Amino acid sequence: MSDYAIKVESLGKKYLLQHQATGGRYATFRDVLAEKAKALFGKRKTENGSQKSVEEFWALKDVSFEVKPGEVVGIIGRNGAGKSTLLKLLSRITEPTTGQIRLRGRVASLLEVGTGFHPELTGRENIFLNGAVLGMHRSEIKKRFGEIVDFAEVEKFLDTPVKRYSSGMYMRLAFAVAAHLEPEILIVDEVLAVGDAQFQKKCLGKMQAVSQGGRTILFVSHNMNAVQSLCSKSIVLKQGKIEYWGTVSEGLSKYSANVGMKAIVTYEAETPAKPFARIHQLEIRADGQPVTEPLKPGTTLVLNFRLHSDLALAQPKLTVGITNTKGERIFAVGTPFGPQPLQPLKGHATVGIHFTLPAIPPGIYQLDVGFYDQHVGTLQEIYAAGSIEVAEVNYLAMISSGTPDLGHILVRSGWTIH
Amino acid sequence: MLNELVIEAGKTERHYWADLWRYRELFFFLSWRDILVRYKQTVIGVLWAVLRPVLTMVVFTVVFGKLAKMPSEGLPYPVFVYAAMLPWQFFSSALAEASNSLISNANMISKIYFPRLVIPASAVIVCFVDFLISAVILVGLLAWYHVTPNARLFMLPLFTLLAFLASFGISLWLAALNVKYRDFRYLIPFIVQFGLYASPVGFGNAVVRAKCAELTNGDLLYRLYSLNPMVGVIDGFRWALGSNVPFDIVSLFTSLAVTALLLFSGVKYFRATEKAFADII
Repeated sequence: MSDYAIKVESLGKKYLLQHQATGGRYATFRDVLAEKAKALFGKRKTENGSQKSVEEFWALKDVSFEVKPGEVVGIIGRNGAGKSTLLKLLSRITEPTTGQIRLRGRVASLLEVGTGFHPELTGRENIFLNGAVLGMHRSEIKKRFGEIVDFAEVEKFLDTPVKRYSSGMYMRLAFAVAAHLEPEILIVDEVLAVGDAQFQKKCLGKMQAVSQGGRTILFVSHNMNAVQSLCSKSIVLKQGKIEYWGTVSEGLSKYSANVGMKAIVTYEAETPAKPFARIHQLEIRADGQPVTEPLKPGTTLVLNFRLHSDLALAQPKLTVGITNTKGERIFAVGTPFGPQPLQPLKGHATVGIHFTLPAIPPGIYQLDVGFYDQHVGTLQEIYAAGSIEVAEVNYLAMISSGTPDLGHILVRSGWTIH
Repeated sequence: MLNELVIEAGKTERHYWADLWRYRELFFFLSWRDILVRYKQTVIGVLWAVLRPVLTMVVFTVVFGKLAKMPSEGLPYPVFVYAAMLPWQFFSSALAEASNSLISNANMISKIYFPRLVIPASAVIVCFVDFLISAVILVGLLAWYHVTPNARLFMLPLFTLLAFLASFGISLWLAALNVKYRDFRYLIPFIVQFGLYASPVGFGNAVVRAKCAELTNGDLLYRLYSLNPMVGVIDGFRWALGSNVPFDIVSLFTSLAVTALLLFSGVKYFRATEKAFADII
């Protein structure tokens, strides 16, 4: 018998997507009764002749992997790659359609901090409630109560209803309870994406301490730095399948190679906000060539958007926000930032936005694209519509580990001595 | 050796009852939370639990007792109505609360695993606490009207249990159905309102039976009527408090059978659908 903490074999999860021109989110009892009645009389079609089409969608398919006890595994992949579905299956929130999961030891999953918190209850009451929700026993919570309160820094407000807490206090308390769980297997989803920078650091520190305590952790994040510093293994998911399973550095480079630097990205699967206009494709060119390798600051970038609108757009706008892996917006470019506004559009068009890449720290940056019209409003917004990888600038080599945070822009500096 | 958990398609129920037992603390905390929160930020607080049945009792006493001059089976009319009001109020509020319980805890259901049965169960428990509080008024009424119950009173906990199980059984059905078909959100207030008249709350069951006896096929009609499990419960409550109407054993057994059926099928339906709750809620 091999030694594992988590063993997943040919796991799959299928969702049924119902396409119907009309109808709300919930099935109504009447619909079901009507369907049943129609089935009974052998008449399948609805009255206006349209037929409900049901499409199968595999959020995960044929996923197999094994995690050894004490390993910290980062799960990375684009939005919609199946990360959340995998976590939901592992934490038993939904049932798999195919395959098998074996978990050894007590499992705690943290898909959200503060689940079960009630705004009317005090901090003290919520600690007990949330602890129970996360599967802690009352005696355990009692034992760790002091630690939890210390970590959250809320001792003065313990008997205040949490609805009067600031959002920072709320998050701290919620994370504190979760951080003091002592399961053998911990499943964590993006909890670090919240709170201020200082608190994020504290959470990361706590996670690091937990992982060194020999616990098995599955960690999903978009924060590549966090994955790099916490994890010992990585799983890269792509369209519901495992693309890579192995070391972190290899995983991160697979992720960025696939997700990061694509010269052409298409968006036919995205749903625009307005049915009459959409972005079809983005092409990224650096110094006149399609992008292939990490970009040096100073490169001229051109973002060519192929888009169309059935209606005439009098004052269209196209913007691109450049965001780092921590979710911080570094800068933005777009048609409103040029010498003159974009001309009215109708039908198909290709709009190119060009700019010079500023001196920013090396790493992956995602492009958040927005397509608007002054009168119509938002036409389409695509987060992580594409990404660029910024290469290291030569002089950074001078900087060794232990130097301060690089910040968001690089400023070359010299020195004198007197 | 650590215990191993196997998750497979269609096989999640193997540890179901053991899991339910492991999550008893969550059940306790959820009930405790709902009890704590129930009367937060109200001025008269827990008095609401008492006020509603008392006011309804006063109205029914005036309408059915004073105006319609209905017979009260040898009990003072207020005691007679309150004895029925108590289980009915519990039943109807349990239905209303439990059927919405899963939806109001949708966030927990989509983020955390636990046996979903805990949620409607704790909703029913919260209503049961209200029931116990308003039962104090019954004691007061008995003292005020100098009604001294006899040994039959010891049967009262059994009828309470029957009321509890009937409420829980229907609640499971409604809670699970409400997740998928939001129609039930509109149907339940109607069931509760209608049920107040379909159950012998304001009047005695003997009146209904006498009227039925006058009709052709009246007996069948009466048996259909007593399929409502609250008919047996309310009859039992009044009997235990000393009403002079002979005990209707058939009606009790009908209630027992219906309750058992509701409970059994409710648990079965709930368990069959709960795996999909997180996907459709």
